[in-house]
Amino acid sequence: MSILVNKDSKVIVQGFTGGEGTFHAGQMIEYGTGVVGGVTPGKGGQEHLGKPVFNTVEDAVKETGADVSIIFVPPAFAADAILEAADAGIKVIVTITEGIPVNDMVKVKAYVDQRDCTLIGPNCPGIITAGEAKIGIMPGFIFTPGRVGIVSKSGTLTYEAVDQITKAGLGQSTAIGIGGDPIIGTTTLEAIQLFMADDDTDGIIMIGEIGGDLEVKAARWIKENATKPVVGFIAGETAPVGRTMGHAGAIVSGAEESAQAKKKIMRECGIHVVDSPAQIGAKMAELLK
Amino acid sequence: MNIHEYQGKSILKSFGVAIQEGLVADTPQEAVEVAKKLHEQTGTGWFVVKAQIHAGGRGKGEVKETGSRGVVLAKGLDKVEDIAAGILGGTLVTAQTGEAGKMVNKVLIAQDVYYPGESEPAEYYMSVLLDRASGKHIIMYSPDGGVNIEEVAEKTPERIFKEEIDPMLGLQGFQMRRVAFNLGLSGQAFKQMSKFVASLYKAFLGCDASMFEINPVLKTSDDKIIAVDSKVTLDGNALYRHKDYAEMRDKTEEDATEVEADEAGLNFVNLDGNVGCMVNGAGLAMATMDIIKLSGGEPANFLDVGGTADAARVEKAFRIILKDTSVKAILVNIFGGIVRCDRVAQGIVDAYKNIGDIPVPIIVRLQGTNAKEAKQLIEDSGLEVHSVILLQEAADKVKDVLGA
Repeated sequence: MSILVNKDSKVIVQGFTGGEGTFHAGQMIEYGTGVVGGVTPGKGGQEHLGKPVFNTVEDAVKETGADVSIIFVPPAFAADAILEAADAGIKVIVTITEGIPVNDMVKVKAYVDQRDCTLIGPNCPGIITAGEAKIGIMPGFIFTPGRVGIVSKSGTLTYEAVDQITKAGLGQSTAIGIGGDPIIGTTTLEAIQLFMADDDTDGIIMIGEIGGDLEVKAARWIKENATKPVVGFIAGETAPVGRTMGHAGAIVSGAEESAQAKKKIMRECGIHVVDSPAQIGAKMAELLK
Repeated sequence: MNIHEYQGKSILKSFGVAIQEGLVADTPQEAVEVAKKLHEQTGTGWFVVKAQIHAGGRGKGEVKETGSRGVVLAKGLDKVEDIAAGILGGTLVTAQTGEAGKMVNKVLIAQDVYYPGESEPAEYYMSVLLDRASGKHIIMYSPDGGVNIEEVAEKTPERIFKEEIDPMLGLQGFQMRRVAFNLGLSGQAFKQMSKFVASLYKAFLGCDASMFEINPVLKTSDDKIIAVDSKVTLDGNALYRHKDYAEMRDKTEEDATEVEADEAGLNFVNLDGNVGCMVNGAGLAMATMDIIKLSGGEPANFLDVGGTADAARVEKAFRIILKDTSVKAILVNIFGGIVRCDRVAQGIVDAYKNIGDIPVPIIVRLQGTNAKEAKQLIEDSGLEVHSVILLQEAADKVKDVLGA
């Protein structure tokens, strides 16, 4: 039944009436996502895109039974929005916002870890279960329902992988963009564990990049626990040491953080690593034949 | 965002961290004036003249033009002018600057803190940073300060200590005491170190730093604990809370093209290769650089045009890439989601017309929303652009173009 979100998810949009929120909420509704309302403090009681607006997440949960939230709140207020969602009992909190101060996320991460909820992002494209629910900013039309799970730090590189999978005659179960910030909620490992346990996923694509140790941790777990093939790619083999490459977390500052080092460890752990991002789809098709 | 030593120290001081006092000067004459002032304020008779550049290793570095070191002790007010003249306006080459070195526009005139006294002075290492694996801040410290900490980590890792801070609780008293004990301190110096650590962490949170590195932290001969150097990196995303710190940015320390790109809203990093690239999204941009390498080229840059790649941005991006004369080809790789490919294609056509002559082959790969319309638009324009749709085709085309 895919992971984290599906056709039964009841979704609210925080930052619902703003420009970004309005545009993407519209796209999500069009995709068929179960959007049940939104939150904009001070605009409670209004209607937007045919859905009710609430002042607080708590009100929204009480009235609609929402269990998933997507956040389009500007960076200065995004940490507060995540905390509000967690406090209100939202189970899956998807944070699209880019540029949240790291010190804000240190506190948010500590709080969220104590609650019974899953944070995705921030600075991510969101999560989509193909044909069921799109909770993010990805272009819905490139997805085809199928049995390949995708976890990725990058937005457009995820779309690239999705497109290749579709063109290879396969489809996607769920694709989750975990984000490229130094502190994020759901990690590569956690997404991989969910996919390994998911009956609707036959193969997993894991896309990482330079910086941090998320891919290495996932690889070591995969070595001991894999029951499905994993295709891996790490972006940034040509990135210079010590420079931040667009994503705040994409910086090589330790020996195991380079693309070469990560790929080596991933290969040793039995992951099918491709050097060219153009070969992700073909490799998965070959493995699932 | 990186800032200079003198700026970092001013932030530390504002949060009550004890520092080696100093004043900054732009000219040798001003250096003498501020040295006099510093003498009045602190009583120091000797002065340390320190080049202000965004790179470490200054003490061992050498000014190309004069042969001076980047940090020099002036044993008297009368020595300050000549020493400052040997550093200011020169090009300082250190282990961290690369061969080109960095121009020195300012010197910090600092008090001499290594004066003789009752106890032996000692140098320690201390940094505050984010541990990405745990998502928590750590204070990393060592009794071996004043030297390259990477070497200490390699040769004597047991002499590096870490204190992890619980985000809910903050830094606790027992942790400050543990730092002081591990550094082998007692008496007055012990108390001073606890206080130093507390104020340092307060400063770290207060200024939204992403990294502090204080090397050395000095125990003076009269048992004071002070920061003699400061390497402070601020979180660029938090600068909206600190307008005064935002003004500390020194653009002369950055690559001029990168500054220009940044002002145009483009995320750009200059590299040494021969194939330029323009991509939407950081991950795909890195992957595109990797594709260039696999196709036999070397990426000349990282460039993320962002989620709103309109005609003006595309043109600006071309102009920036073309500043680099070693660029032999340009690969445009856009996966249109929210961004519509036909708009990007129109931007490319417009840019071509506006720039006039683009002397290198361009390979355009537009995929996603309205990709077919985009390909048509480019083909109809009659421009000499290689238009492809699949990423593998783009890779093959780069190979062709470089081989020709």
